[in-house]
Formats: sequence, structure tokens, C-alpha cells
Amino acid sequence: MNHLLRSHAPVTEIAWGRLDAEACERLVPALAVRKLVDFSGPIGWNHSATNLGRVSEVKAPGDNLQAAQRRVLPLVELRSPLVISRQELLDADRGAADLDLAALDAAARRIAVAENVAVFHGWVEAGIVGIARATTHEPVSLGHEYAGYPGHVAKAVEVLLEAGVSGPYGLALGPEEYTGVVETTEHGGIVVFDHLRQILGGPIVWAPGVEGAVVLSLRGGDFLFESGEDLCLGYSHHDADSVHLYLEESFSFRVATPEAAVALSAGP
Amino acid sequence: MTQSAGLHEPEDRLTPETIDRHRAIVSIQEELEAIDWYDQRAAATTDPELAAVLAHNRDEEKEHAAMTLEWLRRHDPVLDRHLRTYLFTTAPVTEIEAEAEAGGTEGSGAAGEEGSFGIGGRKGGSL
Repeated sequence: MNHLLRSHAPVTEIAWGRLDAEACERLVPALAVRKLVDFSGPIGWNHSATNLGRVSEVKAPGDNLQAAQRRVLPLVELRSPLVISRQELLDADRGAADLDLAALDAAARRIAVAENVAVFHGWVEAGIVGIARATTHEPVSLGHEYAGYPGHVAKAVEVLLEAGVSGPYGLALGPEEYTGVVETTEHGGIVVFDHLRQILGGPIVWAPGVEGAVVLSLRGGDFLFESGEDLCLGYSHHDADSVHLYLEESFSFRVATPEAAVALSAGP
Repeated sequence: MTQSAGLHEPEDRLTPETIDRHRAIVSIQEELEAIDWYDQRAAATTDPELAAVLAHNRDEEKEHAAMTLEWLRRHDPVLDRHLRTYLFTTAPVTEIEAEAEAGGTEGSGAAGEEGSFGIGGRKGGSL
């Protein structure tokens, strides 16, 4: 048993299987970060900090001595609690196909969005500078017309090329923008989605939590996500009617090359 | 005809990720075989200078094998879990297996650990 304490929960193996499968099914499509940045780990729950390879000055403890202190980026623990009816879990054992796992779905959405927001827009309290904030390039306006997106994305790619940042490039799109891109065709019947793929040479990713869009290089080494504990489902406590669980992960994120991304802002 | 002989299924039925893992696995096989060849030749030759060259080459192949194995580990969560469980340990290997299957604490929070979904990175994967 590990710190998730799953074996203490009044949840059978069959029910855990249903819960894990449901959580995974909801998480994977929404975890835009995992499809666009370098992922290392998971190193383990006991991994506490990312080595930054830098030092800060510190007062030496005596004469004729020099001292420095290593700088690290502490990992942040992110937890999304949820409550599941024990009756639903018993019905899982009976083979019910229509379990009400809405609370789990909502918790999965919350933690996936939080991860996306932290990486793309930042999380000041956790010491994370997001990609859109770290970039040294001026944001490109997306405008209001989805048919105009290929031009704006091509402009962003040009900015990256001018900065010497090679591709392929990926595009993180907020849900509203993603839907608009999928539904829109340009003059001549060209689907905007397909046109964007040709410009980027990489994926277009549905990214809940992202405002506007971000174009970034996928060449590697620029955006570094370090996982301590990868997303998992743990047990908190229970009462006669319900079981209190949580989704959890620990991670840090660094931008190594700020010029390797361009933010695209919604509106003119 | 594929350039990397050894695909057991039609190429159009395989994902790019599966084919890349195949490339890595075949490369590791080749490196390990080369280590074995060099090892035997270094042991068999009576020329000390040739033995030194062969031993040097053998050890270079070990580096190549390790590098490719690390790539494979990063792209195979289950292999990652097993390597984290068994490598760089000192207890008898069969005891480690028994403890791991009983829900031991090795690699807590790592891919494949109880409760972890093993999602990991999906860069370059299907969307």
C-alpha cells in the first residue's frame, strides 16, 4: 500500500477498475500539456524539487570561505477531491453499465484544466511561469473570424522562424476556438483545421483552460514538465453513504526557451 | 519491404509509435549481440593489443545499448515501472518480485504504481 491508501477504502477491485477507467477516459483528452511539452518522470511521490542548476549567494560562515546555495523549483501537489455514492459502487459490482460518476468526471476536468492553466498561463503561488507569459514575443491577435486563423498562425510560425526556433510546431487552442476551427472552411472549401496542420507540421490540441491559443515548438528542450507522482486516484475517508476520494499529482514546470512560443490572443 | 526487417504484422496495421519502439528494440538486440561477440573474441585472442581493442569496442556497445534502453523506457510506461522496481537494487530479485506483487512501495507514484493511471507524456502520440 502507498500513501493513496486505496486498500483502506470500502471499494472493491471491480469498482476501482471502473473508477480508474472512467478517470483516465476523462483525463487524457483534456490534458493538452502532455501532448505539447517535454514530459519527464514520473519520478515518484517522494521527489520534492527540480534541479535548476543555479545557485544563490549566501553569507559565508567564516573568514576566507565562499558559499552558495543551490536553487531548486519545488514540485507542487495538486489534488481534486470528489465524493462517490457507495450505492453506485455497489452497483458497479453488480455490473451496472450506467454508473453515475459525474463527480469523478468533474474532478478530472478540474485537475486537467488546472494543469493546462499552470503550464500555459502560469501559477504564481507555485512559482510556475506559464508559456504565454514567459514568451519574449508580442502576442498575435486571432481576430474574430476563424477563417482568418491560418494567416494568424502562419504569422506566429514566421515569428518563431525569425527567432531561429525550428519546428515542428504545435497549437494549443481553447475549447471555443477549437470548435470554431473544426467547423469552419475557407474560400474554396479548405477546412481550416487541415490548413493549420499544414502550416504547423504538428498537432492542433484541444486545450480547456487555455485562453486564445499558443503556438509552440515541439523540437524539444524548450518546455519542461517534471512529474513526481503522475495523476492517480486516492482515498480520503468514507461514511455510511459515500466515499471521499481524490485525484492527485505532483509536478513542476519550467520554460527553458521563452522565445520558442507565441501567444495568440482572442479578439482583435 | 520494410527497411527494418522483423515487423511481424503488416506495417499499415501498426502505429508510428509501435514501429519506433520496434526500431529501438531491434537496436538494443543488435547492441547486446555485439557485446557478446566482442566479449568472446576478446577472451579468445592471444594478442593482448587486439584483446584491448575488442574490449574497448565491447564497452562502447554497452553505452549504445544503455542509451537506447533509456529511450525505450521513456516510451513504455510498463517497462518503466519494471525497471524502477528491479534495477539498482541489492535484494534477491525474486524477493523484489514478491514484494512488488504484494503491493510494495518501490517507485511510489511512478507509472504503473497502484492508483496511478500511467498517463505520462503524450507528445508525438495520436490526438
